[in-house]
Amino acid sequence: MTAPEGGGDAARDALSRSPRGVGAPLRRKEDARFLHGRGRYVGDIRPAGTLEVAFLRSPVAHARLLGVQKPANGLVFTAADLTEIAPIRANSALPGFRPSDQPALASGKLRHVGEPIAACVAASRAEAEDLAAACVLDYQALPAIADMLAARAPGSALIHEHWPDNAFLETRRDEDLADLDAIAAAKVRRRLRTARQSMAPLEGRGVLAEWDPRLEQLIVTTAAQMPHVTKTGLAECLGLDEGQVRVVAPDVGGGFGYKGILLPEELVCAALAMRLGRPVRWLEDRLEQLTANANCREHFYDVTAWADAKGKLLGVAVDATVDAGAYSAYPFSACLEAAQIGSIFPGPYVLPRFRFHTVSACTNKPPILPYRGVARTGVCYAMETTLDALARQLGISAQAIRAANLVPPTAMPYRNLVGKVFDSGDYPEALRRAVAAVDVAAVRARQAAGETVGFGLSVFCEQGAHGTSVYHGWGIPFVPGFEQAQARFTPDGVLELRVGLHSHGQGLETTLAQVAHEILGVDPARVRLVHGDTALTPYSTGTWGSRAMVMAGGAVAEACRLLGERALAIGAALLQAPVEGCSLRAGAIHHGEAQVTLDQVARTWFRSPQNLPANVDRGGLDVTAGYRPDPDTGTHSYAAHAVVARVDTETGNVTLEQYVIVEDGGVLVNPMIVDGQVLGGAAQGIGTALYEEMPFDTEAQPLAGTLADYLLPGATEVPDIRIEHMETPSPWTRFGQKGIGESGAIGPPGAIVNAINDALAPLGAEVLDLPATPARVLAALARAGRA
Amino acid sequence: MKPAPFAYARPDDWPAALALLAEGARPVAGGQSLGPMLNLRLALPERVADLRHLPGYAGVTVQGETVRIGAGTTHAAIEDGAVPGRLGDILAGVARRIAYRPVRNRGTIGGSLAHADPAADWVAVLPALPGHAVALGPAGERRIPLAAFVLGVFETALRGDELLCAIELTALPAGTRFGHWKFCRKPGEFSKATACVLARPGAPPTAVLAALDAAPLVIADAAALLAEPAAEAARIAAALALDDPWRAALARTALRRAAEAAR
Ligand SMILES: Cc1cc2nc3c(=O)[nH]c(=O)nc-3n(C[C@H](O)[C@H](O)[C@H](O)COP(=O)(O)OP(=O)(O)OC[C@H]3O[C@@H](n4cnc5c(N)ncnc54)[C@H](O)[C@@H]3O)c2cc1C
Repeated sequence: MTAPEGGGDAARDALSRSPRGVGAPLRRKEDARFLHGRGRYVGDIRPAGTLEVAFLRSPVAHARLLGVQKPANGLVFTAADLTEIAPIRANSALPGFRPSDQPALASGKLRHVGEPIAACVAASRAEAEDLAAACVLDYQALPAIADMLAARAPGSALIHEHWPDNAFLETRRDEDLADLDAIAAAKVRRRLRTARQSMAPLEGRGVLAEWDPRLEQLIVTTAAQMPHVTKTGLAECLGLDEGQVRVVAPDVGGGFGYKGILLPEELVCAALAMRLGRPVRWLEDRLEQLTANANCREHFYDVTAWADAKGKLLGVAVDATVDAGAYSAYPFSACLEAAQIGSIFPGPYVLPRFRFHTVSACTNKPPILPYRGVARTGVCYAMETTLDALARQLGISAQAIRAANLVPPTAMPYRNLVGKVFDSGDYPEALRRAVAAVDVAAVRARQAAGETVGFGLSVFCEQGAHGTSVYHGWGIPFVPGFEQAQARFTPDGVLELRVGLHSHGQGLETTLAQVAHEILGVDPARVRLVHGDTALTPYSTGTWGSRAMVMAGGAVAEACRLLGERALAIGAALLQAPVEGCSLRAGAIHHGEAQVTLDQVARTWFRSPQNLPANVDRGGLDVTAGYRPDPDTGTHSYAAHAVVARVDTETGNVTLEQYVIVEDGGVLVNPMIVDGQVLGGAAQGIGTALYEEMPFDTEAQPLAGTLADYLLPGATEVPDIRIEHMETPSPWTRFGQKGIGESGAIGPPGAIVNAINDALAPLGAEVLDLPATPARVLAALARAGRA
Repeated sequence: MKPAPFAYARPDDWPAALALLAEGARPVAGGQSLGPMLNLRLALPERVADLRHLPGYAGVTVQGETVRIGAGTTHAAIEDGAVPGRLGDILAGVARRIAYRPVRNRGTIGGSLAHADPAADWVAVLPALPGHAVALGPAGERRIPLAAFVLGVFETALRGDELLCAIELTALPAGTRFGHWKFCRKPGEFSKATACVLARPGAPPTAVLAALDAAPLVIADAAALLAEPAAEAARIAAALALDDPWRAALARTALRRAAEAAR
């Protein structure tokens, strides 16, 4: 209870260092059920009488939908049948943003392959698919826009016909950089592409909708990471008041951003449950997940950078396009990625001059959704490969050019030229440690002996837990405010924590118990986390943006602190001592040698109220508290990734020999869980770098329909990753912790491709596009006349 | 991804199986290829006939120099040493690299060969070995040389009224050398180029180049390849005139590396 509010070194120094408190590598409480296969997911929940839904989906990317001929028997619903559902509209207040209406079921036009057209309802999924197969579609094909750069070509077909062109939004920062040509020692220009990916959580989406006639409430059990936002979206599109909607997110098998999105399928199941008076369920299959829904990541960059002879950046100009797909997805909107590129492109570096132009292009592909790292993975790739290109031109090392540009620790907190504020850290030290962890001299020796092996680096920082001050300007459907947590004792002294965000791999059932232990001294085994149910938890925008540990951690700490004050007053009365002479430690109220436990305090409030002091706080042992860091511009965790990669120049295959991550997430609430987050993210980043790609043909047909075609890295493809931690407290958060959930997924493409290009440099070849597949590596060698 | 309705039959003897086949039933063995095809509704049989309970469908018998591998023998059984001797070593090494263990536990050598996916491992290796596929039809057994069994992509020499009942191979002497190389980026991914070279004492070496979206290329006398792997591999691969330069490079590399490993 003595920890200060303000973060920084003082917060860290005040930690109890209890083996179950903040900073302890406590084993995860939730693992018992997960490791024994006892998790409970939407797919495990099937009330009696449940009807299953299969969707008839668009087979073409762009067409006028003329009609749907339904089979003679069976329940099939089209847009014309479900007029009670308003289209999904994820607007943005950014000037010039063009909103799109995403219908729950297509009407009038088909805008991407996989767009839902009709809901087919039957007792089993197989029978529902039989119905879908028996529907006959009548449509008139239109020219498909398969490529974001072609989307805006004059005369191209319009996806939303009332728009003047196929762009959701353009943003720019004008600065004339022409004079740099004369003074720069090096100038490079690169055109780089990142592939369209499909997020692939083990569990796909799934939704079970029921209407409860007693409560007059729609209960939607859904694989969601932002249940309260989903609830708001459902209520808006269905014309219900929010009290009529309850969203339950049970165990969720990975989110990564995908499960923050309000899906048309959720709306349709909800409407059907209300219509039919039966539970209605849809479980996404892998084909739907890959081809119709979970799309993400596709960027194009045209970057020019100037540097002086020491590698110091003089300026950067970037023209970036993001393939946002056909609709603006709720709630993050279609401009989430492109519009961020302008503000995050400078990365962890001191950039004196900067020009950008970004386009959120509209194409006939599924809407682009945020994926762990969001725009950062692409931005880091573009910046880090551009830096290496400059270094090669200048003849300096990859380490030297980064060291010349990283924000120094003495400048912290640092405000960069586009207004991002970095809270704390020693970025150059992370770089130094990452390089020191690899025997670079050995790599150079092997290169000298003719081996195509290379060393690559990437450095980046990740803004996390950014709040109201950052998001209100976006004007998207939600703005995060004060995060709330409820802390209360049960009559037997168990501490119940209720939070509105959701834990689906982050280990919050453990880490928030550690926070409660830190404040109240209660045993984490006697702390229960209630989450994932809008009826039981305070409103929250949910788990996204690496915010849970900062925001819910802060809120739980504050709720526990207030709860502790109330308990102290009761305990002091039981000890017949003045409150000022008592203290709360290790789960008990102490006065000299005497003590009463929190269990006894709880028992007194609930079951022996005759023993309470007359002036007891009548709110009892039940506190809801809110928390927001001040300032709320976000924490910046940061990392340096170092890679040694070997290239087989005959096949183009790349082998990752060494992988090192030096990471600073501020005070680590549970270092073991942080390691898990970093490793999982890095595996996904390796997927972005080397494997994952959803190819489309010229008609915008997705070509990878199974995981045999869409390659995900598995246990055999991910090398042993060594992680080193630095722990620079954030000056602004409760314990000095920083958001770190997405970090691992950001660094790999830059570091890996830099290692590949270092290996290929003696051959004059350079990889530009992601993923760096064997075919692309071989094509790069061929361009250089080497294959 | 749920199959369309189909009926399931489980014949207990071969005549019953052939009768079901004549009525249009689709045979199913391990289901590791047919299962996904059913789920994706790429295959729409009215009835499937589960072969796994036919007498002698799985298992290995040796008679003199002839090793008869029941079509229903799983990849896992072969990996675990069901086939004796040098031949068994070679087959176990191939089996071990098919997908991962759960697939190998169910998938069968006969199912793989009958399916004739050009990227499959048995399709790429068996044509290099001396032996036959044994087909059973209404008129009895028929032996088809392994080098002539797979005719194209998903196309074999089996007639519509025949089942593949066994693979018969000739035992290999201890001094037999074998090189096998395939390119896939992770276990379970379809190979993008597979090659193998078999050099038996006293017989001309044989080679196969496969996984090129076509029937396997069988090289009945691979002596030149063994003598000069790089030049011959380049020549053979170039003659295929593959459109995709990457696949062409893989084909060349596969053949050369397999040959080098067999030297
Ligand atoms: C994830 C995954 C990864 C895989 N990776 C690989 C790999 O790396 N290498 C590889 O080679 N294979 C791979 N496979 C395929 C696997 O080896 C299959 O086992 C094999 O292709 C088919 O064998 P099966 O016994 O399962 O046949 P089934 O799927 O039961 O049948 C396949 C086809 O053959 C027909 N058929 C089956 N038996 C007979 C018979 N006796 N007579 C006539 N027709 C018959 C069926 O009608 C069907 O058309 C993979 C499969 C999966 C699911």
